[in-house]
Amino acid sequence: MTHDPGSARTTPSDAAIDAIRDAVVRAGEARTPLRIVGGGTKDFYGESLEGRPLDLRGVAGIVDYDPTELVIVARAGTPIDEVERTMAAAGQMLAFEPPRFAPGGTLGGAVAAGLSGPRRPYAGAVRDLVLGAKIVDGRGRHLAFGGRVMKNVAGFDLSRLMCGAMGTLGVVTEVSLKCLPRPKAEETRVWELSSDEAIRRVNEWGGQPLPISATCWHHGTLAVRFSGAASAVASAVGRLGGAPVPHADAFWESVRDHVHTFFHAAMRGAHPLWRLSVKSTAPHADLGGEQLIEWGGALRWLAATPRTDVAKLRAWAVAQGGHATMFRADELLAGSFHPLPPVIGALHRRLKAAFDPHTILNPGRTGWYA
Amino acid sequence: MLDTAVLAQLKALLPAEALLTDEEDTRPYECDGLTIYRERPSAVVLPETEAQVVAILRICHAARVPVVARGAGTSLSGGALPDRDGIVLSLARLKRIVAIDTLARTAVVQPGVRNLAISEAVAAHGLYYAPDPSSQIACTIGGNVAENAGGVHCLKYGLTVHNVRRVRGALITGETVEFGGESLDSAGLDLLALVTGSEGLLAVMTEITVKLTPRPQLAQVACAAFDDVEQAGAAVGAVIGAGIIPGGLEMMDQPATRAVEQYVHADYPLDAAAVLLVESDGTPEEVADEMAEIRRVLTASGATSIRVSKDERERLLLWSGRKAAFPAVGRISPDYYCIDGTIPRKALPRVLRQTAVWSKEFGLACANVFHAGDGNLHPLILFDANRAGEIEKTVAFGDRILELCIEVGGTVTGEHGVGIEKLSTMCVQFAPDELEAFHAVKAAFDERRLLNPGKAVPTLQRCAEFGRMHVHHGQLRHPDLPRY
Repeated sequence: MTHDPGSARTTPSDAAIDAIRDAVVRAGEARTPLRIVGGGTKDFYGESLEGRPLDLRGVAGIVDYDPTELVIVARAGTPIDEVERTMAAAGQMLAFEPPRFAPGGTLGGAVAAGLSGPRRPYAGAVRDLVLGAKIVDGRGRHLAFGGRVMKNVAGFDLSRLMCGAMGTLGVVTEVSLKCLPRPKAEETRVWELSSDEAIRRVNEWGGQPLPISATCWHHGTLAVRFSGAASAVASAVGRLGGAPVPHADAFWESVRDHVHTFFHAAMRGAHPLWRLSVKSTAPHADLGGEQLIEWGGALRWLAATPRTDVAKLRAWAVAQGGHATMFRADELLAGSFHPLPPVIGALHRRLKAAFDPHTILNPGRTGWYA
Repeated sequence: MLDTAVLAQLKALLPAEALLTDEEDTRPYECDGLTIYRERPSAVVLPETEAQVVAILRICHAARVPVVARGAGTSLSGGALPDRDGIVLSLARLKRIVAIDTLARTAVVQPGVRNLAISEAVAAHGLYYAPDPSSQIACTIGGNVAENAGGVHCLKYGLTVHNVRRVRGALITGETVEFGGESLDSAGLDLLALVTGSEGLLAVMTEITVKLTPRPQLAQVACAAFDDVEQAGAAVGAVIGAGIIPGGLEMMDQPATRAVEQYVHADYPLDAAAVLLVESDGTPEEVADEMAEIRRVLTASGATSIRVSKDERERLLLWSGRKAAFPAVGRISPDYYCIDGTIPRKALPRVLRQTAVWSKEFGLACANVFHAGDGNLHPLILFDANRAGEIEKTVAFGDRILELCIEVGGTVTGEHGVGIEKLSTMCVQFAPDELEAFHAVKAAFDERRLLNPGKAVPTLQRCAEFGRMHVHHGQLRHPDLPRY
């Protein structure tokens, strides 16, 4: 499917986008908040859902895809499944492996939430692959940043800023993303190891030219996925050994989508699931609950228990060069996101005022602007 | 001129050798790699510590003195051009490698550390810092972050933004900040991505944590000749279409190949209309397989000859021409002007054809080097600055190429930055509302607009004025005036 890109500057003035702009302008005039909605698959993520729903699913469709350019451009409401199916037909993929916490997730939602799957440390996060974004800002202006080319340093990088902004700076209407070829070969191997031994090993291997594309440690087992040319994968598993894993794709999908037994158990409990993003070499620490370790050691999921001390785990994450998010609980709670240092917090408030002066876009979804 | 009270404060703060005000001392700072724009700064400060940087910023903020941060001054877009009323804040003396963590594969460095020095410092551990702008011997990591610098290997290994974890620095108010962290993401908005490539407009860096990459066991480069530029362009698409992401994928047209051959003697095929350099890296098995596939695709795409490097010496020789393209062109012409547009690759034939037409029209020769894998085109316009009107003609030619890049769906700058150079073409690429959003971001970080003022984002007034000039066939109304 190749479309003539025409001018990157052209802003489509179709009914769907006009409707979004109108809704934002009206909400701004009335000072009534809007809650930006895609597939609603991440409604559990955030601090509160406020405002009238602004449904983006009408702003959908793949705008441009030419596999040899390694770029796909699609509207925000396009289902992730459709994007990935289209790319798979051309032997390509969204390398950040967007998680699906439920069916029906959209590309815009994936970009706004900024969450990436198991391949993230090796192939990049959403923000690493986003090349351009169009947004409707809090004044109803339709703005285009970045573009559809691999390298672009014209203007501040506002398309990457939209990744993980949770829709608080603008309603994302369209994104362009770098595509990568699907690996020609993929194999997963497992080892029985303690958490600290697993952390040490994945970091050591990470410093060697090995085609690692995912790691997951849970309950004494380290799983490592190797992706790339068949010869490279074969030589890596030949050298490192480990036991082969049947149905490895299903395993990695279960980690990505939080349907792995660890997440099931965590969500059945009455206590929240925490996400700790830390330095990859951080030693394992008892934070009062079971952990699942991804991203070569840089991502720790914690199933909290009554023993979990929030202040302590936040302090631990900071000491390990990162931050901690209460990712999922029975209800949305204020204070889920990690508190920001004062100067950074002040920058957040000034940026929010610049993009959304009437504070109507997903207010309260994050605690960053309070 | 700098207020005497401000100068006295700086004198009290800094040792004598860290404050330059004499004309002979400040003259070297009057321009960066884009030498056609010059402005002598009132003062140059050379702090050695973060505390000094913070104190300097506080003084300048209070007195509303513009501050232009500077690394090695290799910018090709005038990003480090001084402000007449301000100071240049050189970060060259903040050049310490603070820490190397081989297990976590990160290095903490000060902004004045040279790009290549990082790779040299970690080479013994089998690691390197991946982004390799051609100025990597001289350019500093601080400048790389400010410009989001690229290089010849970024299709596979990413730009600066993909290889930086954390930036520590100060706002113009002197408040210290950290963007990013030792983790792979951080709380709140992705300010690390925003600051990367912000051309010194948002903050001044004092420390950077970079990601280190394991050096591939083996790399080989294929040098393929094509009779026709369009065929070479199609071959690039065919390589990528075959599911290969080469370590490097570069194109040179005949004028470029001929210029560099005289300089590096790499035995390039000089009869070829275009030469492609395609690099494969990885394990020996992987490289053997991939190189066989690359050969097959290039042959099927019409390559008239393919030479694959037999050893590291030959690989570096084949790359040396590409990396030395700018100085090589500098030897055959009194001056050259490097353009930095990015285009969708499929638009390459059209852009090259049109560039050739304009080259004749303006009477200025043009050699093309091209980061073909990621569509980043570097036409090098040959000119003589001593000939009356030639600079203006060159800039007009360059702006035409950049406007064509926008028209085909690309951008006016792939890796060199907007600086002072591309302010006018930014007016073509972005609508007034978008430029206003950029100004609002600037104001959120630097309300008084003191950090590198007048760079990177044109004022709406300037665009309105440019719009009128633009109607007059792109000719400047006052070609003798410096263009901001």
